Amino acid sequence: MANSNPARPESSGLQVSPHFLRKREMVNQSARYVLMAAAAVSVLVTIGIVYVLLSEALVFFEEVSVWEFVSGTSWTPMFSVPTFGIWPLLSGTIVVSGIALAVSIPFGLVLSVYLSEYAPDNVRETVKPILELLEGVPTVVYGYFALLLVTPMLQLFLPGLPGFNMLAPGLVMGIMILPYTTSLSEDAMRAVPNSMREGAYALGYSRFHTATRVVIPAAMSGITAAFILAMSRAVGETMVVAIAAGQMPNFTFNPMEGAATITTFIVQVSLGDVSHGSIAYLSIFAAGMVLFLLTLVFNLIGFFLRKRYRQAY
Amino acid sequence: MNTLSENVLSGIDYASISRKNRSRDIIFASLGIFVLFIAITTLVALFLDLAMRGAPRLADPDFYTSFPSRRPLDAGILSAWVGTIMVMVVTAVVAVPLGVAAGLYLEEYAKKNWFTDVIEINVSNLAGVPSIVYGLLALGLFVQTFGMGETVLVAGLVLALLILPIIIVSTREAIRSIPSELREAAYGLGANQWQTMSMYIIPAAKPGIITGAIVGLSRAIGETAPIITIGALSFIAFLPQSPITGDFPFISFEWLNSGFTVMPIQMFGWVSRPQADFQITAAAAGVVLIIMTLAMNALAIYIRYRARKS
Repeated sequence: MANSNPARPESSGLQVSPHFLRKREMVNQSARYVLMAAAAVSVLVTIGIVYVLLSEALVFFEEVSVWEFVSGTSWTPMFSVPTFGIWPLLSGTIVVSGIALAVSIPFGLVLSVYLSEYAPDNVRETVKPILELLEGVPTVVYGYFALLLVTPMLQLFLPGLPGFNMLAPGLVMGIMILPYTTSLSEDAMRAVPNSMREGAYALGYSRFHTATRVVIPAAMSGITAAFILAMSRAVGETMVVAIAAGQMPNFTFNPMEGAATITTFIVQVSLGDVSHGSIAYLSIFAAGMVLFLLTLVFNLIGFFLRKRYRQAY
Repeated sequence: MNTLSENVLSGIDYASISRKNRSRDIIFASLGIFVLFIAITTLVALFLDLAMRGAPRLADPDFYTSFPSRRPLDAGILSAWVGTIMVMVVTAVVAVPLGVAAGLYLEEYAKKNWFTDVIEINVSNLAGVPSIVYGLLALGLFVQTFGMGETVLVAGLVLALLILPIIIVSTREAIRSIPSELREAAYGLGANQWQTMSMYIIPAAKPGIITGAIVGLSRAIGETAPIITIGALSFIAFLPQSPITGDFPFISFEWLNSGFTVMPIQMFGWVSRPQADFQITAAAAGVVLIIMTLAMNALAIYIRYRARKS
């Protein structure tokens, strides 16, 4: 570090050798390019994902017609006469993430309004780390919880409920993504300027009315973004459903039955001994591509909505 | 529009409106506390349930020092916790420098142009890509195209890519919170951009960067889906080669190419077994896994708390 001090006095007053300056500038420039390369790696990851999914899915669609894939209601890739209709996987995905969102959206909205408009600072400062801990619990543990604690508890009220069902993983996933939904929508509400709240109070609004008639409408784009990103999270969640919903493709919208989702199908094939290049192997990339496109749409909508509220205030 | 005095004269009862508003506030606040209570209860119930079921195995020292076994009450987590540590080392070594460098570039160097916009949208999208899709990337690219097999290195790399967005975002937030006076003072003293970054900005952002790295790693430690996709097995009855050897040069990187299992895979393998005794073992593994992640999260929260105080 000694020669990195440019103002070091040399023998004849304040002199800096040109050699040192040149070297310093070279380091400066190369650091710039190294950092830029690191940032570009993230783009390479996306390119890699798209390349892998597309190249394998294209081989898959040489053997399976696109129409059968998007309209079929039977998914049996391991049978001797395999069928590849994506709907049984989509129905499972829709039901499980629908239940998760039905828990997570109202709870997340109430909790974020409470934290941003009602809770005193010290409560908020203690609650947020607790929510982070909830978010830190590995998903495989939530899967165990759904299978061995929540399902038996639900069976007390719903005697016909089978051991593998979509209800328990959906409920557990709703609680699991609650911290995520809450922190995103609380961020949006905290971004609403205080002058708007003060204006509402000056007009005689209560806290409740300020929250529901001023803060929530003003933060609407951010709150919507939070829910869309939660949707993306629920659709892509794997382990809870893989453990507690049974991994059997099943074209049903009944939450009391077991089913597979897009993600659990990929897990099921990966666990088995499927040879590289076989049609079952290729099908997980086709399913993965559907999953990637779905979440991409959600993520992009979420990104632009969040950008909008950040610019607005 | 009536004036206030007209309203009072015409008999609108402001006291009752105010009382109603007050009770609405109380109802809403208790609703908030109720939701909070549900969330915390879930966390506590989950931990207690695991701890109570897993207690017999957790109390047995052999659980930590033996390999998985077909007999549930002999099965241990030795290969799993060793594997987890090795995979995490690879993940940290790859993801932390890359993520910090990318975050630094985006926050301090990047000009406002289309390339920067592309990277920003891209990072935000990558943060939302389901983890299993990263698994497919690793399966198609590392395992099949590059022929790397189901090794510690591949698992470490895929988890590194997975947590890269988390580290980038937290680095950017840490750097953004540094007051610009620090930057201006450094430039004013004649430092160039890289000197300003390496001597002032990065050290000042260190607590935030470390917090982000720990949060990212704690996410990676519990990830199961991408590791399943690359084909990791839950029944591994050997350890990767030791990184320290008796012969010259005393350091070996053979362990990178070794087969492995990690804690969440081990737990998943046991949960999927039909025998009830394996669920005890799974619960015990779950407790160890939760303690690992909670300890890391608590450390991150503590570092952030201390940095905010000072």
